[in-house]
Amino acid sequence: MWTWFYKLASPPYVYGVAAALMPWFLGLAVLTIGYGLIAGLGFAPLDYQQGDAFRIIYVHVPSAIMSVTVYTVMAAASAVALIWRIKVGHAVAAASAPIGASLTLLALVTGSLWGKPMWGTYWAWDPRLTSELILLFLYVGVMSLRSAFEDPARGDRAAALLAVVGVVNVPIVHFSVVWWNSLHQGSTIVTLEGPKMAASMLWPLLSMLLGFMLFYGAVLCIRVQGEVLNRERQSAWVREAIK
Amino acid sequence: MSSGFWYMGGYARYVWPCIGFAGVVLAWNMWSARRYLAAAKVRAARALAMAASEAR
Repeated sequence: MWTWFYKLASPPYVYGVAAALMPWFLGLAVLTIGYGLIAGLGFAPLDYQQGDAFRIIYVHVPSAIMSVTVYTVMAAASAVALIWRIKVGHAVAAASAPIGASLTLLALVTGSLWGKPMWGTYWAWDPRLTSELILLFLYVGVMSLRSAFEDPARGDRAAALLAVVGVVNVPIVHFSVVWWNSLHQGSTIVTLEGPKMAASMLWPLLSMLLGFMLFYGAVLCIRVQGEVLNRERQSAWVREAIK
Repeated sequence: MSSGFWYMGGYARYVWPCIGFAGVVLAWNMWSARRYLAAAKVRAARALAMAASEAR
């Protein structure tokens, strides 16, 4: 177990693993997203209240779940990098930030487009929407802070600190619909009574969610290779890696 | 494909832009990540070439 953990601290090992895993992640992401879209848009039954507008769920929910998941990964990688001084942790955090920011933007835009026909407005200063917007600002802050320093190592440390502090917003995003009065509906997939959706609606959604996770894995693998190369460009192993 | 599918029960102007924007975001992620890696490889190759010329 610990050998495996120590190996993850090795830049050449991580570079090789990322390069090997990427095509698998991408291939499986294409399959699962393809199935989810076809089944969700073409075959899932109408929602009895929202009609076809509910189909926005197939891109909104996966992007929203991934927005907090990617932030959690980024914060965990940052904590590992700060505590154990592992450079690969900074690489994973730096690679995750633009992916997470784009998925948060996607969640906000699709939520806004869903809100107009259901709530009568594109935007409300609702706890869920506001905390998700703060999440986007945190991503942008982490990316800006990393590039604001001439010394990349200082930029990495400052960005990692902000990422770790900002993780306090993740439970706020998740529980905002429970803690405060909210326009936004509560959880429909993970509840104590089980999912509140019919299986014919749920399976395409779970497939899309898995697809988004795999897609994040694929893009993370590519970006991590770039981040590792940027940090290790003076190392001897890089000559073999970029051949 | 039936016209009802594209009509989306009257919600087409909300549903299809969401699907389209999701496609744009996923495509941008893949494109920008590949571009980032390609640029990192070029920078690493330059750094190695400089180090080799300095060693000579």
